[in-house]
Amino acid sequence: MTTGIMHISHARLPRWAPVLAGAVALALAGLPALLAGWGPLKWVAAAMVVFLVAMPAWSRVVEGRRAAVDRLVTGLIWTAFAIAVSPLVWLLYVVVRSGAPAINTEFLSISMLNVIGDEQGGIYHALLGTLLITVAAAIISVPIGILTAVYLVEYGKTSRTARIITFLVDVMTGIPSIVAGLFALALLVLLFGPAFRAGIGGSIALSLLMIPTVVRSSEEMMRLVPDDLREASYALGVPKWRTVTRVVLPTSLAGIVTGVVLAVSRVIGETAPLLVVAGATDGVNTNLFDGRMTTLPVFIFSQYASSTPVGYQRAWGGALVLIALVMVLNLIARIVGRMFAPAQGQ
Amino acid sequence: MTTTASPERTESVTTPRPSRRGDRAFATVVRVAALTILVALVAVFVFLAAEGWKGLTSDSATYAPFTSFAGYIAPLIVSTLLASAIALVVSVPFAIAVALFISHYAPRRLGAALGYVIDLLAAVPSVVFGLWGGRYLAGYLQPAHVWLHDHLGFVPIFGEPSPNGRSLFTAAIVLAIMILPIMTAISREVFLQTPRLHEEAALALGATRWEMIRYAVFPHARSGMVAGTMLGLGRALGETMAVAMVLATTPTTTLDVIGTASPPTIAANIALNYKEATPERQSLLIATGLVLFVVTFLVNVAARWVAGRSARRLAR
Repeated sequence: MTTGIMHISHARLPRWAPVLAGAVALALAGLPALLAGWGPLKWVAAAMVVFLVAMPAWSRVVEGRRAAVDRLVTGLIWTAFAIAVSPLVWLLYVVVRSGAPAINTEFLSISMLNVIGDEQGGIYHALLGTLLITVAAAIISVPIGILTAVYLVEYGKTSRTARIITFLVDVMTGIPSIVAGLFALALLVLLFGPAFRAGIGGSIALSLLMIPTVVRSSEEMMRLVPDDLREASYALGVPKWRTVTRVVLPTSLAGIVTGVVLAVSRVIGETAPLLVVAGATDGVNTNLFDGRMTTLPVFIFSQYASSTPVGYQRAWGGALVLIALVMVLNLIARIVGRMFAPAQGQ
Repeated sequence: MTTTASPERTESVTTPRPSRRGDRAFATVVRVAALTILVALVAVFVFLAAEGWKGLTSDSATYAPFTSFAGYIAPLIVSTLLASAIALVVSVPFAIAVALFISHYAPRRLGAALGYVIDLLAAVPSVVFGLWGGRYLAGYLQPAHVWLHDHLGFVPIFGEPSPNGRSLFTAAIVLAIMILPIMTAISREVFLQTPRLHEEAALALGATRWEMIRYAVFPHARSGMVAGTMLGLGRALGETMAVAMVLATTPTTTLDVIGTASPPTIAANIALNYKEATPERQSLLIATGLVLFVVTFLVNVAARWVAGRSARRLAR
């Protein structure tokens, strides 16, 4: 050692150093936590701060400045992730805890018609409204979305028009939902007079929000279809349009279904456009083309706006049902995507 | 919109021999569908303008408590910009950190799953965010209002703190949470596209992981990060329910974002006032919606332009 052998590596902290520092930080923060009676959240937060100071400091002494900065950033990034996830966890916990007591069979099977004060009300009319409006929106937007994707992938390719449409689809994903609602409102008002409200207006607004999502996901899936399949079909003398409908679309079907379900799950929770154009009503309305129609998100909003304990209770119950719907749709989308995805690459 | 029925119709005609007719019909249908997108966007503008122009110049009573369109919309614009700015300031560092966590820090196998968790945040309906923000988050953030007023009270936006926390500031925090997923998704995408050789070269030269990210990943991803931020801005400008439900609003002009009396954002104002709208008021609300549409459209165009200008196409 003394004869001048060069060390080409720095001194490094052992691999378990962060774990040790973390444990020490938890213990250090635990002392005031015990004395002041902090909750677990405050305790962990304090421990994080201690860790973010102690770990870089230790590293600074042993490993040098650059490594210390690296350790600090690593700690900060882990912390940022933890903080970013915490609202989701908190929100889901609150929705389940506050919503669960409101849910019973009556809540799901009766409407708010003639419900006064603290009587048991229900979301049946809102569920029905959400179902009808969303299905109508899907009927409008899915064909347009898929055919546009076919145009982009099979026909337009890199032409000027195709590039413009791709760009516009991207821009369309950013349209605020309230603007979509106002558009549908302006359309209906121009056609049927200023007081006209109907569920179909909600469907038009939602389809405007759905189309870009459907186009994007379908396009992506169709691009994954290998050209060999298309060429094999052409070689057999099959015309282009049959190649598209019989080869390309079936091959990418699973991916397209996933995209559509995700798009539905995105718009099913939309409130603002439906509030503006479909309005709200207490009873069941199954006619999309006439009269106000309540949807689940609008139900939640109007119960919240009533600012009464029972209103809040109903709002939380509705929120739990809505979140469950969205999560189930998400899950279905993932399962469909996963179940059929591996087969299509073959 | 109903032209989609034609493929089935032509199918039976073409069975005898492969004719060009089916092809031509299908190509037309597909083109029409694609042009519908264009038509829809133009229609949004045209219909909003057709219904909204009356709102720009009605008699002054419509704009109560103000007297002109400019007076009516000015406080709304100020609120919209303030809320969006606060949301971005809070959200951008988190979005970049979370994206880095998923692309470079988390164990490789966990990365995709953690990305999915963040995407779940985007799946939560805005009305639920509003409910949570108004009933829970506002209460928890109230002490923060007091702190901001006590320590940063000399900044005009931190005036008298709200006693229940239902302020523009809380709304902005909810917005920050809501725009996090889209910004994370875009940043994550570009971080993952950093050329592997650049990263490995940096590490081979002895860079620490952070130095590698600073000198190899960030320069490469800059335009993507800018685009993601602008998309987040577009979302924040147009988000309605969270603001409408968190904010206790009054139509005054104030810069104070932590007080009880902030004007709502443009979008929230529409949702809060559509109900008691006379036809004139309705036109006025549609006119404000037109302003919102034009602004968000331009922001989104700019974002996509920045994203597209860089060598990589983001969404491909």
